[in-house]
Amino acid sequence: MPLEIPKDKWPGSVRTVTLGAAAAEGGTRTKTVTIGGQTAMPYLHFEASPPHPPAVAVEIKSRPPEDWSPLLLEAWGELVNDPAAWAKKAEEIGADLIVLALTLADRPEEAVNVVQSVLRATGVPLIVWGPGQAEKDNELLVPVAEAAKGERLVLGICEDKNYRTIVAAAMANGHLVQARTPMDVNLSKQLNILISDMGMPKDRIIMDPTTGALGYGIEYGYSVMERLRLAALQGDAMTQSPMIVTPGFEAWKTKEAKVGSGVPEAWGDWKERSVNWETITAITLLESGADIVVLRYPESVARVKQAIQELMTA
Amino acid sequence: MALTGIQIYKLLPQTNCKECGFPTCLAFAMKLAAKQVELSACPYVSEESKKQLAESSAPPIRLVTLKGVDVEAKAGNEICLYRHEKTFYHKPGLFIRVRASDPDLAKKVAAADAYKVNYVGIELTIDGFAVVADSDLATAIQTIRSISKRPLILIGDPAALQAGLAACRGETPLLYAADASNADPMAELAKSHPAALAVKAESLEALADLTQRIQAKGVQDMVLDLDGNTLGEWLVRSTQVRRLALKNFRPLGYPVLAFPCDAKDEAIAAAQAIAKYAGFIVLNEFKPELLYPLLVLRENIYTDPQKPIQVQPGLYEINQPKPDSPVLVTTNFSITYFSVANEVEGSGLPAWLVVTDAEGMSVLTAWAAGKFDAERIAKAVKTFNVASKVTRKRLVIPGHVAVLSGELEAELPDWEIRVGPREAVDLPAFMKQALN
Repeated sequence: MPLEIPKDKWPGSVRTVTLGAAAAEGGTRTKTVTIGGQTAMPYLHFEASPPHPPAVAVEIKSRPPEDWSPLLLEAWGELVNDPAAWAKKAEEIGADLIVLALTLADRPEEAVNVVQSVLRATGVPLIVWGPGQAEKDNELLVPVAEAAKGERLVLGICEDKNYRTIVAAAMANGHLVQARTPMDVNLSKQLNILISDMGMPKDRIIMDPTTGALGYGIEYGYSVMERLRLAALQGDAMTQSPMIVTPGFEAWKTKEAKVGSGVPEAWGDWKERSVNWETITAITLLESGADIVVLRYPESVARVKQAIQELMTA
Repeated sequence: MALTGIQIYKLLPQTNCKECGFPTCLAFAMKLAAKQVELSACPYVSEESKKQLAESSAPPIRLVTLKGVDVEAKAGNEICLYRHEKTFYHKPGLFIRVRASDPDLAKKVAAADAYKVNYVGIELTIDGFAVVADSDLATAIQTIRSISKRPLILIGDPAALQAGLAACRGETPLLYAADASNADPMAELAKSHPAALAVKAESLEALADLTQRIQAKGVQDMVLDLDGNTLGEWLVRSTQVRRLALKNFRPLGYPVLAFPCDAKDEAIAAAQAIAKYAGFIVLNEFKPELLYPLLVLRENIYTDPQKPIQVQPGLYEINQPKPDSPVLVTTNFSITYFSVANEVEGSGLPAWLVVTDAEGMSVLTAWAAGKFDAERIAKAVKTFNVASKVTRKRLVIPGHVAVLSGELEAELPDWEIRVGPREAVDLPAFMKQALN
């Protein structure tokens, strides 16, 4: 029998956002990344194929991470001592984007240097996170924004407490911002409104709705993202930014991924479990609408990229 | 056309006999309209009404129950596309694939069957086995039944399955699979045993034709194999089936069976199947490092978003606490618990964590609602026998409820009450600096 498949017709769409700028646009990137533009829920090709695949970012740090799982440190080896080489390696294994997380120990000139060395070592667009303390974020991100003027970096992480200076620095220097709110549809909208009200063009805002890792509240992030995406498709302009989430950070915080001894035998092999934890967290969030997933482990990057390729074809 | 609760109510006996388990006929009618109960729960409904209600009372996705020996796996009765619209009801069963010819069959079944893993106080296990009939199925089933009571999926041609069914009388296995070439003998087997029947076709149109053909033969319990080759293809089909079913398209109103075991990346395909509407999931082999994250994902996706998720109240040990380690107190709202447990765990500092029964509310909400007061905290400390575990009676309460410390000192006179930070993220620093 012929079947009539029910299709949703949405009035709205996700905003198209481009990260990174090539020489012609005033930057130095050899590749730029465009995300967003969807007119249907994730990967429903029978309604509308997503115009751009989601991007996979790899998180690196300006200094050797002190609190990372030994598995991560083992996987990256000596590279954690050299952010530029680390970023280059991440690009080689398939990262579409690099996230460079600055630390509290960085001085402003050091932050500028490390950003510039990562930019020189790689061709992909760069996301720069401050250390997450409002004052320190401002101290580091403002000179970084100026030094990398025109690169279309993403600066983060804007939260309701510290967004003003970061947004102003991004506006003045042609960058984008990452706007983070704690797993709540209305808070996401509100921060988007506050940032837009400062005069930031909407196509330079990426929403970070925050998520929990698998087993640690992922269902909240999952449903908030589905609701944000549905609202975007229904035409709510303040939810139409593409979404970035950090499954790598969240998953590697969990005991399941971080710790190898003194855990129940029923948890199985440590390394495989950890990589599954990060990969499954990432894939679940992609299914609910993530446009950028930030990962940490090399094998997860390969697995998630393979999955994205499969999701993009139907 | 689906009827409203009021329309349904008019067709019910209106005697409020309560035998359906609901206090009034109207309450029952509302549940029927929401497709959360079956009409058969009403013993007195007239034949005439039954006929009229048949259409509106049947859930859009048939509830299919596989039965082992006293153990069941159910799928179906779902009513939404997105979990936040209501909730997802029946967690998809996770089945481990084994082969009848495997000389290690007993060993493999025993390991998988015994598997238990604790997640926030809930014990999680696998749901059953999918047995490939690549040698004598009856013998294999006997071997499995000497070890496990869990439901079975039997995979083979009609002749092999017939032989196998003889070994599972009184059970409801799932037979895999009827396609266009063998639908008649498979339907016959499923009907006579009776068993549930998996149905498979290359397109949804062909699948709908086939389920109708099989239903006409008298088989009610079917399960759909969507046969998608890539993640994208499977997602599209699974979404289409769910959409059609929710629009009351009966020929596809059955649970879906997924085979991540045959995908390029089993973990990823299984995660997608859990999030995107599978009813039964077949995994390639028993691997705790894969099973544990999948079981947790299933718990997460299938928690009711309208009820706060609770963890079991109790005394939790973090980083192997010793008798002189501090005792922290929090509520049993899962996110609250996770925030606290995660921070302390991440810090590497040992602690005892008393999780009180605050009816699943966060610290401030519970305090405001009177569910997290000195009396309740004291009761938890006593019930969980915390005093017997520690030599240093030192209790740290959340900073948000600092106001409780006086009352708590009265309730627990031999305890030292300390006021901790307001936010979990500040706990490690507090424990390092203030608790020595």
